[in-house]
Amino acid sequence: MALNIAYFSWVRERMGVADETVDVPAGVGDVGALIAWLAARDARGALAFAEPQRIRAAIDGVMMGPDAPLSGARELALFPPVTGG
Amino acid sequence: MIRVLVQSSAIEVAAEFDLHDAGGHGASASFIGRVRGDHGLAELFLEHHPVMTEAGLGNLAHAAADRWKLSALTLIHRIGAMAPGETIVLVLASSAHRAEALAACEFLIDRLKTDVMLWKRESFTDGRVAWVEEREGDQSRAERWESDIP
Repeated sequence: MALNIAYFSWVRERMGVADETVDVPAGVGDVGALIAWLAARDARGALAFAEPQRIRAAIDGVMMGPDAPLSGARELALFPPVTGG
Repeated sequence: MIRVLVQSSAIEVAAEFDLHDAGGHGASASFIGRVRGDHGLAELFLEHHPVMTEAGLGNLAHAAADRWKLSALTLIHRIGAMAPGETIVLVLASSAHRAEALAACEFLIDRLKTDVMLWKRESFTDGRVAWVEEREGDQSRAERWESDIP
């Protein structure tokens, strides 16, 4: 399954790209599993996702927890806790 | 009137107040957040999502308008680079009476801190650059709007 992923803040800096399209492997079904897969994929992913509890996610603009399924998602955004205001 | 803006240009606070002044509303409450320069800050940069930041602000504005009887609501957030003293965010809520305007204003700034896709990066006069970390109390302040306060 192809999935667009957008990164923000220090997650973006550590990944070295603002967004990418990945082919999600079979067996990677939810946000938490995808983060673990990115962390294991390469050194940049390992750096960005070393502390998965610090990562927040939104699927098509809606904040989601690590158990949220990826099926049907168009864009997954991965980022640290927001700090606006 | 619900007016939601995400902009890289300066927030014209006086002009936004004028819009509420002209509306004949009984009460208006406001919150203005500004860049603090008291710790050697040279520049604050606000990163945003090209679509979801404005959508998130819009969702909050409509949630406030559904919850309280508001006659006008303005929610403007600055993005990009700004200097100490500049306005980052303006919340302006008008209603017939003070209670609803005050509650809506506080709800909006509390929830904006945890729900909207914005990230602050600080650049200091000594050359350091650091992403701002979330504050301990922000989540609990946002969560108390889930239940007990009408």
